[in-house]
Amino acid sequence: VTGTRLRVDWVRCGGHLSCADLLPELIGVDEWGYPVPAPGPVPPDLLRLARRARSDCPRLALRLTPGDGADARRVPSGT
Amino acid sequence: VTAGPGPAAVAAWPDPKALWYLDRAAGLVLLVLLTVAVALGQASVRYGGRPGRDRRLPRFLAVDLHRNAALLGLSLLAVHVGTAVADDFVDITVVDAVLPFGSPYRPVWLSAGTLALDLLVAVAVTTALRRRLGPAGWRVVHRSGLAAWALAVGHGLGTGSDIRRPWVLALVFGCVAVVGAATVLRLQSAPGLSRGLRAAACLLVLTAPLVTAGWLRAGPLQADWGHPAGTPAPAGGHR
Repeated sequence: VTGTRLRVDWVRCGGHLSCADLLPELIGVDEWGYPVPAPGPVPPDLLRLARRARSDCPRLALRLTPGDGADARRVPSGT
Repeated sequence: VTAGPGPAAVAAWPDPKALWYLDRAAGLVLLVLLTVAVALGQASVRYGGRPGRDRRLPRFLAVDLHRNAALLGLSLLAVHVGTAVADDFVDITVVDAVLPFGSPYRPVWLSAGTLALDLLVAVAVTTALRRRLGPAGWRVVHRSGLAAWALAVGHGLGTGSDIRRPWVLALVFGCVAVVGAATVLRLQSAPGLSRGLRAAACLLVLTAPLVTAGWLRAGPLQADWGHPAGTPAPAGGHR
């Protein structure tokens, strides 16, 4: 699924950085201790880890969103 | 074919009580696993926060061990319930394992275990569906894990099969001490509670073991506990 992107729901995010622990390849940390997801699409070989990071977020603040309409069927929007 | 007393008579296999012993052993290990899961879950609220700020519990404890202890506990719960149903000594059906007050065997205390099972299944299912439920709905159900743990302790003490063994009693009170301490700590980071309510909750947590100890002395620790607990006549021979 090319085109899936990481997005942080900033209202929910509590800076636990569970996502940065689980997916350091794509998620950095800013100077205030909040995650900085890489802007580009998630490489296919990291999708499994990205889903794990999404489900392990204590606040459910990490989302995987389709980058374009073509992937909308495979990745439910907003989750 | 075993003739006379001696080792040959002991070596009967399968021991007709094997399932019953397995049931009780699974229950004890299950209590330890639930204790680990509940205490780590509570500790992670206070100590599993932001790294470099308020996190004092590493993620593999706060998240992974919490989850793995709970999942291992669920599989042992299946063993605990499965052996109780399969065993002939007590009359417990599959329905009795899920719905309270169905079996004549020590109904109140068996039902405490039944309710604990139901709550734990609810906690597991809602966690599996956590992304669909959202954090608020998930949290409400997840908190009943503590109630499930308390019901499980009551189930173990009240059924009372092994509770007159000193090491079992020590194990149970060790578990109570761990979860009690975790609960008191957890209450310190409950901003929604007023100071008075928090103090009352702490007092409740600290006095509950004392009340329980007093009740144990009067009830399950007495030799004839099987009668007031409700043990049907044919099954009354063993505890």
